[in-house]
Amino acid sequence: MTDVAILGELAYWQQTGIRVGAGLAAVLLVAGTLVYLHLFKLVSFMQSRLGPMEAGPFGSLQLLAEVGKFLQKEDIFPRKADRFVFAAAPFVVLMSTFLLVVVVPGGPDAWFINSELGIYLAMAVSSVSVIGILMAGWGSASKYSLLGGLRATGQLIAYELPLILAVMGVVIQAETMNMQGIVQAQADGEIFGWGGIGNPYILTQFVAFVIFMIAMQAELTQTPFDMPIAESELVTGYMTEYSGMRFLLFFIGEFATAGVFSAIASVLFLGGWWAPIPGLGFDDNVWNLLGPLVLVTKVVVLTFIIFWARFSLPRFREDQLQQLAWKVLIPLALANIVVTALLKIVF
Amino acid sequence: MSDFLRSYLTVGIFGLVGVALVSVFLGLGKILRPNKPTLAKTEAYESGVEPTGDMWSQANIRYYVFALLFVMFDVEAVFIFPWATRLEAYGTFGLIEMAIFIFILLLGLLYAWRKGVLKWA
Repeated sequence: MTDVAILGELAYWQQTGIRVGAGLAAVLLVAGTLVYLHLFKLVSFMQSRLGPMEAGPFGSLQLLAEVGKFLQKEDIFPRKADRFVFAAAPFVVLMSTFLLVVVVPGGPDAWFINSELGIYLAMAVSSVSVIGILMAGWGSASKYSLLGGLRATGQLIAYELPLILAVMGVVIQAETMNMQGIVQAQADGEIFGWGGIGNPYILTQFVAFVIFMIAMQAELTQTPFDMPIAESELVTGYMTEYSGMRFLLFFIGEFATAGVFSAIASVLFLGGWWAPIPGLGFDDNVWNLLGPLVLVTKVVVLTFIIFWARFSLPRFREDQLQQLAWKVLIPLALANIVVTALLKIVF
Repeated sequence: MSDFLRSYLTVGIFGLVGVALVSVFLGLGKILRPNKPTLAKTEAYESGVEPTGDMWSQANIRYYVFALLFVMFDVEAVFIFPWATRLEAYGTFGLIEMAIFIFILLLGLLYAWRKGVLKWA
């Protein structure tokens, strides 16, 4: 019926070609949408202004204009920089985004990989971006960059733990680490015997969801967790010495990762590509077309929360940040695991 | 090749796509952008003041102990994940086992807490 149904009959390299195309779209289109919707428009409305209006209808082509502008900017390497590390950092950051998007399923057959290790792999590769950021901070040979890079490292490893531990509750409930299996478990789930909307884990794992969202905010270094960038203290932190296209690549990476992380969160807690539409079974082929749209809708909702917080809250202090992670989120996440496991055994 | 290994090949290919995308962007920029480096431009940015001292200055990394704690908890997560998928099969026995495991780890965190490691020293 759809092209995806035929996908199984193609050779591996043909399938992979299609998947790579879809992956590029999933990363770049979603990142572009988020920049336009949230960074250009949402923040403008929150500050009682219109935002970009000139390029295209309601300024929707502003983003392309920006890319065109950045393409023409001179590429400056600081004289004392560690040239290789400095140049390699954007590659590492963007590569980690693409390694991450691989686990997100878009429909019953529309997946990039259908690995049993799904979410485990995602949690593993999400740490790769830390290396990229540390490389950027170190390679720039600038005091601001070095401080930003160090702060980012401390923050990212501290919030990696609540992120991983929050996922554990979902894994206990779904009994699988396979992303597709997690979606299915939510679709087949029942709330006290009523299966009308399945059982999205945001209901049963609300604590984990809140922890995950906070940790995600910190992993993405969005305000109130933006100490690594902290423009009032560190100029732009680890990105200070980057100019032109290289700077834009960090920027793209930031928003693309926001999209991918939200996609992972919506798979874990909101039922992923599945939505309770009457008359549609879990395996219907229609989901291969409808699924990505449903997923993107959920991503937009989740990123809305991220950017809402970003534009509303002031920055944490560095020690408060570490204390929140170690004294509040990690014990809470551990308690959540034990309680979830207990309830799982009892019921 | 088995499906299992194939999916990792896909992961590898996606990583390469990320690298290729950056290369394409930078390559495209190379055609369009000017290149006139001057001494002032290649100076490290220090808010307009002439940069002083070594750029890799020593910073007080107050949270190196956090890095040690991180390793502990990260390894713990590796152990909890497989248990979490098989909880139903292990039943009450598995639950008690894991409760003891998590309790011991919590003790470690509490010890660090009591020792004042988590405070901004």
